[in-house]
Amino acid sequence: MTNSTYSEARPAAIRWHPTVVRYAPVVVIVLALIVIWYVAAVLMNMNIVRDAFERNETPYTTEELIAGTLSAERPLLPAPHQIVETFVDDVFGWPVTSPRSLVYHSWVTLSATFVGFLMGTAIGIFLAVLIVHVQSLHKSLLPWIICSQMVPILAVAPIVIVVLGSIGLRGLLPKALISAYLCFFPVTIGVVKGLNSPDPIQRDLMHTWSATPAQIFWKLRWPSSLPFLFTSLKVSITISLIGAIVAELPTGAQAGIGARLLAGSYYGQTVQIWAALVAASLLAVGLIGLVSLIERWVGQHMGARP
Amino acid sequence: MTRHYQRIAFALAAIGTLAALVVPLSSEPTIGLFARPALLAATLFTAALYAGAACVSVRLSIAVALVGVLLGCTVTLALLRDETIAGYAIWGFWSAVLANWIAAWLCVARLAAVKLRDKIASRAIDLAIPLLFGAFLFYLWEVAVRGFGVPPVLFPPPSLIAVRFFGSLWTLWADFFQTFILGVLTGYVIGCGTGFLVAIVAHRFTFLGRGLLPIGNFVSALPIVGIAPIMVMWFGFDWPSKAAVVVVITFFPMLVNTLAGLNVAGHIERDLMRSYGAAQRQTLQKLYLPAAMPFIFNALKINSTLAFIGAIVAEFFGTPTVGIGFRISIEAGRMALDMVWAEIALAAIAGMAFYGIVALAERATTFWHPSYRT
Amino acid sequence: MRSPDANPVGLSAVTASALAVRAQGVSLTFETSDGEVEALSGVDLDVAAGDFVSFIGPSGCGKTTLLRVIADLEQPTAGTILINGVTPETARLQRHYGYVFQAPALYPWRTIERNVALPLEIMGLDAATRRERIAHYLKLVNLSGFERKYPWQLSGGMQQRASIARALSFEPALLLMDEPFGALDEIVRDHLNEQLLRLWNQTEKTVVFVTHSIPEAVFLSTKIVVMSPRPGRIIDIIACEFPRDRTLEFRETPEFIKIAQRVRAGLRSGHSYDE
Repeated sequence: MTNSTYSEARPAAIRWHPTVVRYAPVVVIVLALIVIWYVAAVLMNMNIVRDAFERNETPYTTEELIAGTLSAERPLLPAPHQIVETFVDDVFGWPVTSPRSLVYHSWVTLSATFVGFLMGTAIGIFLAVLIVHVQSLHKSLLPWIICSQMVPILAVAPIVIVVLGSIGLRGLLPKALISAYLCFFPVTIGVVKGLNSPDPIQRDLMHTWSATPAQIFWKLRWPSSLPFLFTSLKVSITISLIGAIVAELPTGAQAGIGARLLAGSYYGQTVQIWAALVAASLLAVGLIGLVSLIERWVGQHMGARP
Repeated sequence: MTRHYQRIAFALAAIGTLAALVVPLSSEPTIGLFARPALLAATLFTAALYAGAACVSVRLSIAVALVGVLLGCTVTLALLRDETIAGYAIWGFWSAVLANWIAAWLCVARLAAVKLRDKIASRAIDLAIPLLFGAFLFYLWEVAVRGFGVPPVLFPPPSLIAVRFFGSLWTLWADFFQTFILGVLTGYVIGCGTGFLVAIVAHRFTFLGRGLLPIGNFVSALPIVGIAPIMVMWFGFDWPSKAAVVVVITFFPMLVNTLAGLNVAGHIERDLMRSYGAAQRQTLQKLYLPAAMPFIFNALKINSTLAFIGAIVAEFFGTPTVGIGFRISIEAGRMALDMVWAEIALAAIAGMAFYGIVALAERATTFWHPSYRT
Repeated sequence: MRSPDANPVGLSAVTASALAVRAQGVSLTFETSDGEVEALSGVDLDVAAGDFVSFIGPSGCGKTTLLRVIADLEQPTAGTILINGVTPETARLQRHYGYVFQAPALYPWRTIERNVALPLEIMGLDAATRRERIAHYLKLVNLSGFERKYPWQLSGGMQQRASIARALSFEPALLLMDEPFGALDEIVRDHLNEQLLRLWNQTEKTVVFVTHSIPEAVFLSTKIVVMSPRPGRIIDIIACEFPRDRTLEFRETPEFIKIAQRVRAGLRSGHSYDE
């Protein structure tokens, strides 16, 4: 009836369980989106299927037309169940080491992601510590770090890979370098914010104890920066994944999710592209989950609130 | 570094510059500095300036050393015009370069420590520091590539890139127009605009908002850039597919951030509006939207970089014979790396300008937010 | 539940329309995760036009809740309440009252003058009238000259004064104030108390004022409503007939101290000082 500020304490007409209130909207909207997807698939694939029927000069009913749109071989928009089918096939239908298995490709991309992520995080933290401790770097280097992200490294990726290839570095390392370039930035910005986050009161206290800069860093700044670090790590690991995928594109790589996307695009295998995207999404979710798990473990050891 | 050590460093810079007079400049037989009167005078003056910077007050030393750095860099660059030095430079030359480096670093360090009352002067210095830092990096790049004799085909010096840049302005403009104006900007405006409108609707109807926010967060984390091949399939090779990718990439961060921003207005402010009997539209316009500005601009800044990435990745999957990504692949294949770097420079300038405009607009509309008022 | 007092407000002599607030049997029960909380229980109250009424009591006694019920920011679960003869919702939509919160709640993206203009914009007044009102009310709270400043450039006391000017700008007959000086230091508070009294004398509005400071309540009011918690109810209603030109020195006089003692007795009897 009204927008009272004590809304949870209103004598409500029906009292829903808090979990229902929280999850019902998401579930409803997801279901609605799936319905919209099916309708869109029917509408978008209609022309292709109709043309196919007419070319074969077979008579067709509306039901057959609709059924056809949901199981076309090269659909414009595959139906959700088609994607799930192909995904399951590509993951479980081939041995894990086969180049036709999504698991194999995922592993290739994942390894580049991890290496790039570790490198990027190390560089990011190093730069952040440098910036916080050397006053002049804050004003001189930080703007350039921000600018570094405006240079579209992805446009440069082909050359980087070619140049590195000419000096003998192929495969994982060039991709990891591109991922590292993309993902060091959020880590740097986040850790700089985190290292500068302790209250002036806390820093004054350290001063009264004549603590050395190293002691201030390890006992005050670093622990305070961990929440910021983990937030940045979640962003940075997804960016690293994107970097690894995209780095596979320009050179026509043979393995990896990006390669799968390319192959699907060249051969018009729409459903294969979508299945690869689903795999990439699952990877992203998994990686974020991993970082969250580590964050929770660290939090437990630092007395964070559960 | 304390003042004392800085003075010693200036003195070392002076000595380093003077070393170029006696230590051989090149591994090839070449004319030493004593036989080049103009450069000799300049070198001696530079050393004098560095030595002077070690003795005078802090603020004066910055000015003195800056002039010295300028002179020292010109000397080394002039030396590189000599065929017998370029590509064969050794200790004498590098000691002069190193001296310039030390002096430039000290200038930047001292400038960063200067505290001025006047706001405009203070702002000017904040701008000058990264510019000086960057300019010196370009100098180092030029000197290193030409001094060590790196083949320009592999890694061209900035001077060559600049020449190529200004020599191909028409091609660069065509590429810029295709990738940036048609692809990035169109997609950015449509994507951010729709994200904004959907967020306003979702804010009005809480059920929708509570459902869309988690979904939006989830999708933002996914490698959306992967839909590029599908967009090319749907919209063809030309710029609409690039714009479509940018639309999808920028939609979700805008939706999530705007929704979060609209929800940030406090209880008291909302009660105040209620006590005025304000209509929903008035509350939106006068309270929710202004309070949401910091969040909206956060999304606009993130999206400016994401949009660029999206457009360029989309070009990998199919493009007509124009566009930044396209040009880079072609020229890289031809090993014309100076053109590649010219395109990269174009992309970098465009990206920085875009981000800069958004940042300026942000400053104008969110000047009141605590994070700006320190 | 009202205890008999020496100075009845003369209810029968006053017609209903001259009553700014008439509450009868107002109750409000909240349903929280810990069960039911009776924030207000059977409150009867009459506020005549032109009164300065203070609600005083410890935290949780329902004084803010009662104020919010008057403002239609909460709805009672039982009882009736009329503001100027109409329901609280109608009163709100017809802009009968101005509300001043504990925090200034000024919008940081608007200058002081645009902050004061906010309700006037919402209520559709034209630009000329707005300018006139802003100038007049900023002068009334002694903030002339600060029109172009932003809230963060002003001290806490000045921000709160701007917030009062904003509440007065659309000239409501009723002013509702929820511990407006609670966040300020005592010296600023005393100064603002004097200014508020002077303002009330000049504008002849009805003021309903929530506080938990006994000296403040006794100094400012024509009527003090002592409340106590669990459940929120009125313990005592004390009428004060103090000279209207009183200054802060009045706080040392015997009449003042007598009323203050009566308030304290009321609070004690309502178990306000118990654990």
